[in-house]
Amino acid sequence: MISPHGGKLVNRVLNVPEKEAVLEQSSSWLSLTIDPDLVSDVENIATGVYSPLEGFLNRPDFESVLKNMRLKSDLPWTVPIVLDVSREMADKLEPGQQILLRAEDSQPVAVMTVEDIYDYDKEEFSRQVYATTDPKHPGVARVLQMKEVLLGGKIDLLNMPVTPYDRYRLSPKETRILFKEKGWKTVVGFQTRNTPHLGHEYVQKTALTFTDGLFINPVIGRKKKGDFKDEVILASYEELIKNYYLKERAVMAILKMEMRYAGPREAIHHAIIRKNFGCTHIIIGRDHAGVGNYYHPYAAQEIFEEFPDLGIVPLFFKSFFFCRKCNSIENEKTCPHPSSEHIQFSGTRIRDLLLKGEVPPPELMRPEVARIILSFENPFNE
Amino acid sequence: MMEKEFTNISIPTSLYKKIEEKIKGTEFTSVSSYVAKVLRESLSKEEENKEVFSAEEEEKIKERLKALGYID
Repeated sequence: MISPHGGKLVNRVLNVPEKEAVLEQSSSWLSLTIDPDLVSDVENIATGVYSPLEGFLNRPDFESVLKNMRLKSDLPWTVPIVLDVSREMADKLEPGQQILLRAEDSQPVAVMTVEDIYDYDKEEFSRQVYATTDPKHPGVARVLQMKEVLLGGKIDLLNMPVTPYDRYRLSPKETRILFKEKGWKTVVGFQTRNTPHLGHEYVQKTALTFTDGLFINPVIGRKKKGDFKDEVILASYEELIKNYYLKERAVMAILKMEMRYAGPREAIHHAIIRKNFGCTHIIIGRDHAGVGNYYHPYAAQEIFEEFPDLGIVPLFFKSFFFCRKCNSIENEKTCPHPSSEHIQFSGTRIRDLLLKGEVPPPELMRPEVARIILSFENPFNE
Repeated sequence: MMEKEFTNISIPTSLYKKIEEKIKGTEFTSVSSYVAKVLRESLSKEEENKEVFSAEEEEKIKERLKALGYID
């Protein structure tokens, strides 16, 4: 089994006696309400999805991640996992203090031991992580909305956050045992924020030809307007797997995390997460985790050159299309025909057809998948 | 903003020159960046999986996986 990032899966989920002891002491502690994305980050830290992180980044690691795309320990880490608070809140805190992190419904989620309280430069953050300071970039817009001060420190999970998709929630410990039970020595991870079209299926099955198993891992959480709703993504993949995959070769579980649209940096982040889940390989397609025209279409593949020590093998794919002449799915390396014979897997075109209530042509999307999407009154985020 | 921290290591001059030749026209901007990449690659191959689950923990997880339909 592949080693987790940093060698060991982090487990910071408190057991019942530990939790009771914490809650008993916590009545006098300050509490901080965090948004659903931060709740997901807390869950990911506690269950080992973000191994080796044990908490929100302290300043030395934060600065090292921005500047070097590595933690201070030299381990690859490209996206800062940080907790922002207002200046007013920061003024009430000091290192060593324990605080309760609460969800928006006021449920206690975790206890945090504050280790570091520090200012940061939003412009520098945006430039380093997103390679732009354009406020129209969704990741930059998010940074601009963040509060003024960052808190670093370890967390311990008190209560597993509620999700309507609990049936699809697996921790890295669970996926590792699942893969072992299935007898998979090699597993390819597929990151998605979309419903599947035939191009996705082709990429997944091509990768699966070379590995024992396929781990489909949709990102559940805040996405941009016009993206498919989480429940639609899950239902459409269920349908695809049921009809077109071998049960003993493909599984799906969710990843609760916001999409940051950080392109190349986020591709590395996605790879680290799948390594923690036990994947030996990860599929990186064209413009992975990109948005608009902020990144070169293959920048998310090229960045892997800088991380020979990542420990998970990226499988790079070009853009696929359907060729009328070949009567099959092809790519620029395999098809000799002119582009006039090619039908692109355009997300925009598929979305437009679905918006009109039409089933996309079968060379673009499986009819069963299209029908499931159309069974939702409004399949898109508003 | 902090800068990367570096330290010196010694390698034979002949090896240094060989690397200097090898990286001409590549993405490597210095012998140091080449050596750092090779060392990182080498160290990651030796990374040891320290992950061990107790029998009890494994059984509990298998029960959940069965209940969710992931395994029979």
